[in-house]
Amino acid sequence: MPAHGDRGANGGQWYDDEAGPVVRPYAMTRGRTRSAAEDKLDLIALVVIEPRAVNGDLEGSSELALAPEHQHIIELCMVEPMSVAELAADTNLPVGVVRVLLGDLLDAELVRVRRPVPPAQLPDERILREVINGLRAL
Amino acid sequence: MDFGRSETGPANSEQDLVALKILIAGGFGVGKTTLVGAVSEIRPLRTEEALSAAGRPVDDTTGVEQKKTTTVAMDFGRITLREGLVLYLFGTPGQDRFWFLWDELATGALGAVVLADTRRLEDCFAAVDYFERRGIPFAVGVNCFEGARTFPPQAVRDALDLSDSVPVVLCDARDRESTKEVLISVVEHALEASVRRRTPEPSAP
Ligand SMILES: Nc1nc2c(ncn2[C@@H]2O[C@H](COP(=O)(O)OP(=O)(O)OP(=O)(O)O)[C@@H](O)[C@H]2O)c(=O)[nH]1
Ligand SMILES: [Mg+2]
Repeated sequence: MPAHGDRGANGGQWYDDEAGPVVRPYAMTRGRTRSAAEDKLDLIALVVIEPRAVNGDLEGSSELALAPEHQHIIELCMVEPMSVAELAADTNLPVGVVRVLLGDLLDAELVRVRRPVPPAQLPDERILREVINGLRAL
Repeated sequence: MDFGRSETGPANSEQDLVALKILIAGGFGVGKTTLVGAVSEIRPLRTEEALSAAGRPVDDTTGVEQKKTTTVAMDFGRITLREGLVLYLFGTPGQDRFWFLWDELATGALGAVVLADTRRLEDCFAAVDYFERRGIPFAVGVNCFEGARTFPPQAVRDALDLSDSVPVVLCDARDRESTKEVLISVVEHALEASVRRRTPEPSAP
């Protein structure tokens, strides 16, 4: 069940020349700039691959035609869990585009997301001490 | 693919992963990129949040011409402290018109460094204000351009009207050890703030 299927009517929209460098990313995301999962996708949220994606059993998943950019994200996360920011840096795509692509991958259950420390609360003191010692030891 | 070895695999040790972020803020040309580069590999990060910040409905075709928003570049670095403990540094965009980006960057930040250039101290007022109002622990790094050495930290503290608990550190953003010291002072400050919150002063009966 594609979560974004109802946007299809506008899916073929192509922006004019003046749109410049944003044309390509927005074409890639079919004009979508938001995804349902967006609020989960903090810049340092960690994207973890689902075993399903590791097993290479993607041919049967008709709900999502994987673009090379989706594939690239999956490959990067296969090595180790990656933050949203790193995925954007490594794919050389704007963060917003990466979020939309991740939304697709979440919908298809190929990845899951681990939130960072909850915003309202500081990391615990043990971790802060560890960070201080870790920085000293660098 | 070896299905038998479920204890390995990339999604396994994620429970132990902790990702933290520190923001590096300050005025135009104050040394943010240099500082991130001194302790970390810098990777340029592009974001086009301006689009969603405009609040324009995606499918509103009248909004198409509004999509010509430029992407904004930020500095982004990573320091792996140990396996499973990673510190991310984000350099905030210097120009005021990208303020709205800070809210996202600031959310969940463990702390911030405000870089100051004593020749243009007023350039960092906005950043100091922002972190004070949000209660985000920050330290001021006085970047050692010419003349900074003759400008004692206390003078900077007074000029910025900082509370006594805010660390003010002379630094050289080009120097790794110096940059580490600034980061350590932020985390120590965050730790103190955390301890203080946990053990509130006894209130008068
Ligand atoms: N003398 C001296 N020069 C520095 C120091 N830190 C940075 N610089 C120089 O100052 C210039 C600006 O530094 P950047 O790191 O690019 O500053 P920035 O804050 O990233 O600038 P924007 O991103 O344009 O706002 C560069 O030429 C640096 O080499 C320092 O501590 N001392
Ligand atoms: Mg810079």
